[in-house]
Amino acid sequence: MEKLTAKDHFLKGLNLFILLVFTVACFYPLYYIFINAFSSADAIVRGVYLIPSEFTTVYFNSLLDYSSLFNSVFISTMRTVFGTIITVLCSTYLGYMVTRKDLPFRKGIYRYIIITMYLGAGLIPWYILMKDLGFKNNFLLYIIPGAVNAFDVVLVKTYVESIPPALEESAEIDGAGVLTIFFKLIIPLSLPIVASLTIFSAVGQWNTWSDNFYLVSDPKLCTLQYLLYKCLQSNMSNVTNSISNIRDSAASNHTNITPTGLQDAMTVITVLPILVVYPFMQKYFTKGIMLGAVKG
Amino acid sequence: MIDIKRIQSSSAGSTVGSSSFFTDKRRNGIKMLLLVLPFLIFIFIFSYLPLLGWSYAFCDYKVGVSIFKQHYVGLKYFKMMFSGVGNFTIVLRNTLVLSGLGILCSPVPVIFAIMLSRVRNGKVAKVIQTVTSFPNFISWILVYALFFALFNTNDGAVNILLLKMHLISEPTNILANADAAWYFQTAVGIWKGTGWSAIIYIAAMSGIDQELYDAADVDGAGSFQKILHITVPGLLPTYFVLLMLAIANILNNGFDHYWVFQNSLVTDRLEVLDTYIYRIGIQSLQYSFSTAMGMAKSLVSVLLLTFANRLSKVFRGESIF
Repeated sequence: MEKLTAKDHFLKGLNLFILLVFTVACFYPLYYIFINAFSSADAIVRGVYLIPSEFTTVYFNSLLDYSSLFNSVFISTMRTVFGTIITVLCSTYLGYMVTRKDLPFRKGIYRYIIITMYLGAGLIPWYILMKDLGFKNNFLLYIIPGAVNAFDVVLVKTYVESIPPALEESAEIDGAGVLTIFFKLIIPLSLPIVASLTIFSAVGQWNTWSDNFYLVSDPKLCTLQYLLYKCLQSNMSNVTNSISNIRDSAASNHTNITPTGLQDAMTVITVLPILVVYPFMQKYFTKGIMLGAVKG
Repeated sequence: MIDIKRIQSSSAGSTVGSSSFFTDKRRNGIKMLLLVLPFLIFIFIFSYLPLLGWSYAFCDYKVGVSIFKQHYVGLKYFKMMFSGVGNFTIVLRNTLVLSGLGILCSPVPVIFAIMLSRVRNGKVAKVIQTVTSFPNFISWILVYALFFALFNTNDGAVNILLLKMHLISEPTNILANADAAWYFQTAVGIWKGTGWSAIIYIAAMSGIDQELYDAADVDGAGSFQKILHITVPGLLPTYFVLLMLAIANILNNGFDHYWVFQNSLVTDRLEVLDTYIYRIGIQSLQYSFSTAMGMAKSLVSVLLLTFANRLSKVFRGESIF
């Protein structure tokens, strides 16, 4: 092997050092939010950098009184669960169907799906159509329009094509119909790609807020992301107002609750689901990168 | 007998509608088509029907009036883009500058991937990769929340720290600094995307023939020479594809990023086409002008993509897709 000189050692060390600095830079902002969310208001003003100072859960306790938060967590969870199930099922199904040799105009249908990846109509035509179709202030906006994802169809198609056709043929000889083959054979055999689509679209659903922003003004349908955005914009005044309405009668002192602490606590709640599923995502990174690469 | 019938019915021009038209094969084909038809209609509604909306760009669109009864104005709104009405030229400048800076920084993930590949300790490398990929998976609102917490003037860590170290005498707000806005947003983009984008290069690196490195060792090549003459050329095709896609997306900066970071002081620098289209269309209800911009944006992307693909075919002998 190579013989390492002093210069090589230095470069190796420098290389690692730069990487670690960047790693800390990626990690620290999130860590900073966490430690501040558990530090007292006085400590936050003085600066909390490494570990929580004057540990408190007062911000989380006060957020318990903020009913909009619960509602938004519920909406975001619903859109994540149903949106993901629908889009994975539809995209996997279509991805499988375009591999079937007995589907007439197979190539044409595939192209018809692919074109949608490149040719977007733009915001306004989409916006007007959604309004005309009755998706304004409608929960279905979150889960229906994105049900078929062309990228996912491509990924599933490529994967299913790698499954030996003999398996499908023998199932057909046994008299299995298209749907039986899809649910009993294709889905189990494509589990790696299905799992990867599931986890990536779930994260996508949790993070999406622009549809909410464009078309849903009903606070009952507000997603957690957008609620956080509104709170940030108003310097948490909507939270503090809502909380103080409840608390004033109880004469509890909320001087120790600062907007910053509430903001940090709410950010923690919003990012938590992603942090929880993140370790499971890693297995699917290389498959996911194909999604990311094409999606840009 | 049956065989002959089948041959007759499957030959072109056989009598449509007769029972012999429905051979088993055809019947199955129709069944298969029916199984995908609902989805094709669905795609038509949500992806093709909006294209009809491009017609709004050619008329003075009025809400509630049928498409066929709108007042046709030709290319008025396309000419309007370059006539100096509104902020279009500033918005286009911001869009191109921000995309341009992004493209200039596109080697960063490549460099990051190569640097990471030099870390011999597998566990350390894994930790670095895991941590740096994470920001890619949080929404832009969360990114904004994090950066706001760090950089705000009241109690942001950066300001408190700089004040304590007497590097600055009063809090400085980088989030509201128009001069720094372009560069700061590019840095935020690098922060969010580098770890994740590097994964594709790490994958590409594992595809480079190990024997090349062994041969270089025999020839006495150093680490830098190996990187320069083996790793970099090995990564170039991947880089090229991603670069082409980035160029095709030059007008699509994305709404989320630049919307959440906008405030009255930096709007002049961070208003990009995607946010401008929203502002003009949905906030100011100028549907026609807004549609025209969206349509132009879409067509430019498709054209650039086609061109990039052509280029790729010429130089690499294969298409991007």
